[in-house]
Amino acid sequence: MKIAYYPGCTLKTSAKNLNDSAVAAMAKLGVELVELDRWNCCGAVYSLADDDLLHQVAPVRDLIRVKDMGYDKVITVCSMCYNTLARANNLVRNDEEKRYTLNSFMEEETDYNGEVEVVHLLTFLKDEIGWGKLKEKVTKPLSDLKISPYYGCTLTRPRDIAIDSADNPRIMHDFLEALGAQVVNNPAGIECCGSYQILSNPDAAYSNINKIISTAINRGAEAIASSCPLCEFSLGKRQKQATEKFGDGKTLPTFYFTQLLAVALGVDDALMHFEIGHEKSRELLASKNLVGA
Amino acid sequence: MEKVKEISGENIDKCMQCGTCSGGCPMIDVLQITPRGIMHLSALGQEQKIAKANTIWMCASCNTCAVRCPRGIDIPKVMEAMRQIFLRKNVNYIEPNQIPDEVLEDMPQIVMVSCFRKHTA
Repeated sequence: MKIAYYPGCTLKTSAKNLNDSAVAAMAKLGVELVELDRWNCCGAVYSLADDDLLHQVAPVRDLIRVKDMGYDKVITVCSMCYNTLARANNLVRNDEEKRYTLNSFMEEETDYNGEVEVVHLLTFLKDEIGWGKLKEKVTKPLSDLKISPYYGCTLTRPRDIAIDSADNPRIMHDFLEALGAQVVNNPAGIECCGSYQILSNPDAAYSNINKIISTAINRGAEAIASSCPLCEFSLGKRQKQATEKFGDGKTLPTFYFTQLLAVALGVDDALMHFEIGHEKSRELLASKNLVGA
Repeated sequence: MEKVKEISGENIDKCMQCGTCSGGCPMIDVLQITPRGIMHLSALGQEQKIAKANTIWMCASCNTCAVRCPRGIDIPKVMEAMRQIFLRKNVNYIEPNQIPDEVLEDMPQIVMVSCFRKHTA
């Protein structure tokens, strides 16, 4: 099966561990993620101002590329790209006047009326593969791994694009269970990591990061799984600063959910790029005999 | 503050001041005015008081309040409208060229794009 794929900017650089593990793991499941011929930055955050249509051009243009390639669905793995693209898509679908203005402004492009469905990879795995079939495809179950899902904000909020319940999401729990892992629920796993405040007000973000990490550790998690390069940067690369400043300094490895998928499906571990993630990520998996040391 | 209603598209007069937004806000510890307070001040047109507090800049649009508001107000859109009112006077909340190189060095694009979208004109 071939399906259109929008990677997003960060997945081509500091989050290539998210990109490469997703592409390789899906290939193992018989799904070819076909990267769009042309794509641009989605804008990272959805424009919330009603009178600011200009910032909707970027995500809508990406959806036009999908339509031009003849696909009616596009897969994203980055939570923030998913949110921005899906919300822009809903705007086009629901607001006739803005749809007309956008199409008139992009006069060289194909007219777009919301024909494309924006799908997050977790939703695709649930609906198109199914947890039962995924479980059958697992060659290296993550049985000894105690892992806590981190959903963050943009997968489950706001409601019109949510891939699961905003207050009690299960989709990543179910995904990790299908991989054979022991899932540790973290009540702070639906809370904001501080997002881009990690750049402009780092202490505010550190306080949130400490809460998310320390709650996971206190509940017995050995690692955290996420799907967002911004959350991964904050929870992975900046967790030491956060827990030293606001907590007891304890840390734990972080993974993208796609890296765990790739491990469980027996993908070559060079494609997981553990070297650019949390420094203890490979060590933890090696201690469970899931990857080489 | 007709401008807030115009930019956000939200009816701020619907707010009944229950405080659910403030109760669940992940940034509440560092806010100088609570989200409930901002809703009250914006209905009263107190732009200067809002300008003096850090609240609208600390809000990261996580949408926790939006999914919980019993009146169905999209509070992050109200916060965005207020940020826009100040940013459209061409005053940045942060100046990208004053951020030290060592801070920017390992920042992923996703952080910079989202931060500059929200905090600069």
